[in-house]
Amino acid sequence: MEIDPFIFRLSIFILSIFVGYYVVWSVTPSLHTPLMSVTNAISSVIIVGAIIAALSGSDGVVFSSSSVYGFLAIILAAVNIFGGFLVTQRMLAMYKKKKKEK
Amino acid sequence: MSANLSAILYLVSGVLFILALRGLSSPETSRQGNLFGIIGMVIAVTVTFLSVDNFSSGFIYVLIFLAIGGGIGAFIAYRIPMTAMPELVAGFHSLVGLAAVFVAISAFINPAAFNLGTPGNIKLASLIEMAIGAAVGAITFSGSVIAFLKLQGIMSGAPITFKGQHLLNAILLILIVILTVYLCSTQSSNLFWILIAISFLIGFLIIIPIGGADMPVVISMLNSYSGWAAAGIGFTLENTALIITGALVGSSGAILSYIMCKGMNRSFFNVILGGFGATDQTSGSQNKEQRPVKSGNADDAAFLMKNASSVIIVPGYGMAVAQAQHALREMVDTLKKNDIKVSYAIHPVAGRMPGHMNVLLAEANVPYDEVFELEEINNDFANADVAFVIGANDVTNPVAKTDPQSPIYGMPVLDVEKCKSVLFVKRSLSPGYAGIDNDLFYKENTLMLFADAKKMTEDITKNL
Repeated sequence: MEIDPFIFRLSIFILSIFVGYYVVWSVTPSLHTPLMSVTNAISSVIIVGAIIAALSGSDGVVFSSSSVYGFLAIILAAVNIFGGFLVTQRMLAMYKKKKKEK
Repeated sequence: MSANLSAILYLVSGVLFILALRGLSSPETSRQGNLFGIIGMVIAVTVTFLSVDNFSSGFIYVLIFLAIGGGIGAFIAYRIPMTAMPELVAGFHSLVGLAAVFVAISAFINPAAFNLGTPGNIKLASLIEMAIGAAVGAITFSGSVIAFLKLQGIMSGAPITFKGQHLLNAILLILIVILTVYLCSTQSSNLFWILIAISFLIGFLIIIPIGGADMPVVISMLNSYSGWAAAGIGFTLENTALIITGALVGSSGAILSYIMCKGMNRSFFNVILGGFGATDQTSGSQNKEQRPVKSGNADDAAFLMKNASSVIIVPGYGMAVAQAQHALREMVDTLKKNDIKVSYAIHPVAGRMPGHMNVLLAEANVPYDEVFELEEINNDFANADVAFVIGANDVTNPVAKTDPQSPIYGMPVLDVEKCKSVLFVKRSLSPGYAGIDNDLFYKENTLMLFADAKKMTEDITKNL
């Protein structure tokens, strides 16, 4: 009997939860705020779904009832991607070590 | 692009996202980690474009909308003050949630575009995944909007509770499960819309009873939800990058919620069921007895600190409200010039989100190796001369160690009272969020400095 591809995806999902668990525990507490903003940015990879949805219109019809939702989702996800990564970068640039005493 | 190649590239971007989080284990590697994240995102988006291979006029619009959203995001990212980070993150969570809802709706209306079947005849597994993605996304959206409004101060931070609240939530949750089952058998679009509407309502209802100072837990929890929503959509789209990311974000948010709950010594359910502080506040103000406190001015504080050899600073949410981090840093610079050892002690739940204080101190150019977590520094208070508490309250309350009757009993606190002297910057004697009096105010060695945190810090610097 063939294995349903869903099982493979489920395996990836479960294993990723464990990877996430160990990786996040090793994040230093002082970087918890950047952690939240960067997880925010990467969860916006949902934009791949939005792009597929936006391009789902048939030939000649750009804005169909389903593609409109795709376009809206693209805007939302794009705000998050750019906003999330840039604000994380801005925060991380501020974390500095003690300067050598002059 | 072949389906296998794109699947492998999605896997690559998933791995890059893991490395992005891995980088955050230390500030040195974190910037590189962020870069990995950006590369992962670029790969995922590019692969999607190439695999859709429908370069019709719609493609141009995708780029335009991408640019609009990106422009708004970049603008916000550069303009947002660091003190507003909790609001920003809550706002961003709501966007992820809503995007998940939109993608699910689109997939429901036009399943053929996603290879999920035809309208009214969607594959059963896909339909369940879609419903889960949409429901969790909707809960994330409305919950985050409420969290955003509370943090922004547009909505009162006080918990809103009413009778039968938990029962109502439970009924709605069961209703969602029933609706999903019916949806699967009937494929009715009306049921799908009702499902989404009820999910919005639940998100709203579960966040309103949670008070302002529990926001660190709420934000972390919504962070987690946004991940599960993304994972749900990832299953629908059969997209590895989305599944991996969803799982990472989901577990990340869950761990942060756990850390925050532990920092308050409260169970997750206790926080979620909400209403904390609402009842205590009234009783606290009623039987408040007049106890003598010693109060001083900037001059006294400067004198104490000048004669100290080590000072520990305890910042809290009040510092963020007063925007006192830069003034504080100037004060510390002056202290250091006088050869006084200064370090910072951060309680896990100080501020309105995990790591809030660390970011603010970093913004004020405080080197991160002078900033310590509770466990790292708690033993040092006994050897320090002065503790300077600025904007923190409950996290320093010794009652948590001594009085089993107290609502915060058992919560880990900073042992501030062990210092030779304590300077406590506060606007008034009013109790903190938990609604309980802080014993520290009345200790022999405590000097209260009644003023705005920023103003007081500046005055002390002048007097040093």
